[in-house]
Amino acid sequence: MMGKETIEQQYKKEPKRWYRNLLIAIFLVVAFSWSFSTVHLKITPQGAGVAGKIISGIFHPDTTLLFNFTSSGVAYLLLETICIAFLGTIVGSILSIPLSFLAAVNIVPKPIAVIFRTIIMAIRTIPPLIYGLMFIRVTGGGPFTGLLTMSLCSIGMLSKLFIEAIEDLDIRILESLDALGCTTFQKIRYGILPQLFSAFMSTIIYRFDMNLRDATVLGLVGAGGIGAPLIFAMSSYRWNQVGAILVGLILLILLIELFSTRIRIKLARG
Amino acid sequence: MELYDKIFKPKKMELSNGKVVLEKASRAPFILIVLVLAILLSAKITGFQLSILIERGGQFFVILLRMFSPPDLSYIGKVINPLVDTIKMSFLGSFVGSLLAIPFAILAASNLVNNRVVLIVVRLFLSIVRTLPTLVSALIATYIFGLGTMAGTIAILLFTFSYVGKQLYEQIETVDMGPFEAMEAIGANRAKGFLSAIMPQVLPAYLSVCLFCFEGNVRYASILGYVGAGGLGLALNEKIGWRQYDSVGTILIVLFLTVVCIESFSHYIRTKLT
Repeated sequence: MMGKETIEQQYKKEPKRWYRNLLIAIFLVVAFSWSFSTVHLKITPQGAGVAGKIISGIFHPDTTLLFNFTSSGVAYLLLETICIAFLGTIVGSILSIPLSFLAAVNIVPKPIAVIFRTIIMAIRTIPPLIYGLMFIRVTGGGPFTGLLTMSLCSIGMLSKLFIEAIEDLDIRILESLDALGCTTFQKIRYGILPQLFSAFMSTIIYRFDMNLRDATVLGLVGAGGIGAPLIFAMSSYRWNQVGAILVGLILLILLIELFSTRIRIKLARG
Repeated sequence: MELYDKIFKPKKMELSNGKVVLEKASRAPFILIVLVLAILLSAKITGFQLSILIERGGQFFVILLRMFSPPDLSYIGKVINPLVDTIKMSFLGSFVGSLLAIPFAILAASNLVNNRVVLIVVRLFLSIVRTLPTLVSALIATYIFGLGTMAGTIAILLFTFSYVGKQLYEQIETVDMGPFEAMEAIGANRAKGFLSAIMPQVLPAYLSVCLFCFEGNVRYASILGYVGAGGLGLALNEKIGWRQYDSVGTILIVLFLTVVCIESFSHYIRTKLT
């Protein structure tokens, strides 16, 4: 009977957390009912019909639009979206690298890091649409605006993850390089770059993935990509075209995600 | 990649003990060339021109200056209500979405479900829901549920559901199965085993993912109003339309402060969780 007693003793040692859990549960229930007050569950009379039409549109996409290779076809629009996301990610990472070094506490003094962190956070809070509007004044609509918007929007997440990678730098490697008598350049080339490269690449590829998804937002302000045709097709109730665009978009994002996870797993394993 | 090794022969090195070691040719030049070509192509398609940027770059700051010099602080009173709506939308969407994600994540975890068909179907479903950009699902939701907060909540719910679902099933798959097997060995059924052997292992990570999602949703909810899905975005859209940029500045400042508060709160909880 030794076993049973030990088990019961162990049970008694278990920390009593029920009051804390009760508090959290009450908080959640209150917040839930409070937030339910603004949401009115109702389906518009034509709502169910529209849902059916979108689904049937996805299964019967407008094939002429889907396999049209001119500049108004889905293929070209998707290519344009990829290009916006790709170049946007690259410009964004070029901008975020210096910012993240300036915001990492193991590189610069704390006050400077805090200032740069606040700047990064402010950049992140402004919604993409506002950047779109600001850049339209510079370049006047089109994919170039989308590119610039994407690059500014990427800064927030990119530099957040870059900073984490920089703060995880293993200083001992630099010390051993010092002990070997390496120059500053050699220390950067052999001590810092190999440590950061794979983490940075993985972050950039992940962000490219997200940018591709977010690039649909840009269409709203006329900044190129596949968003605008999608919204036009929807507001004029051409569900087959909506279906064609959605099919293209979903396939593209799935494909890119597959590739990017593969590359990132490879990078993580070295 | 084998073809690459045939074209660029690996370098042979002979060690002092007579062993021959092959050093594969670096792929860096190949990747670099592809990257440069991709950049050139993208620059051509998007019409990237540095000269425009240098010439007219100053225009970027025109709206920025109008927003913050000075922001129309008297407008704050009217911002509070839509802001609360936005927070409510994101809370409700995140809450329901992360609860809904649990059963799907269990069905998508390969160490709990042995049926390959179920695994593939559930994972594909999660992936497809995740590929739908939030703004697009919000747009579709406005057609189904009408304009207003409901559509935004649904869009947030869908995003949270797919994101938390994926993270959770990946978490469940990395769990230590030992305790679960022990529970089964002493006669517990699978549900009981899950609750007492697997859930404690994934719970902190799950909560932290949910909080992270909620954090992002508050920021994201602010633009859903653009397609008529309620909340702060509605006010934002209206003020941009009327070119009252000083009010836009106020909205952004309020949004920034809220996001900072929520982020530091959730950051605090997340550091406690792990």
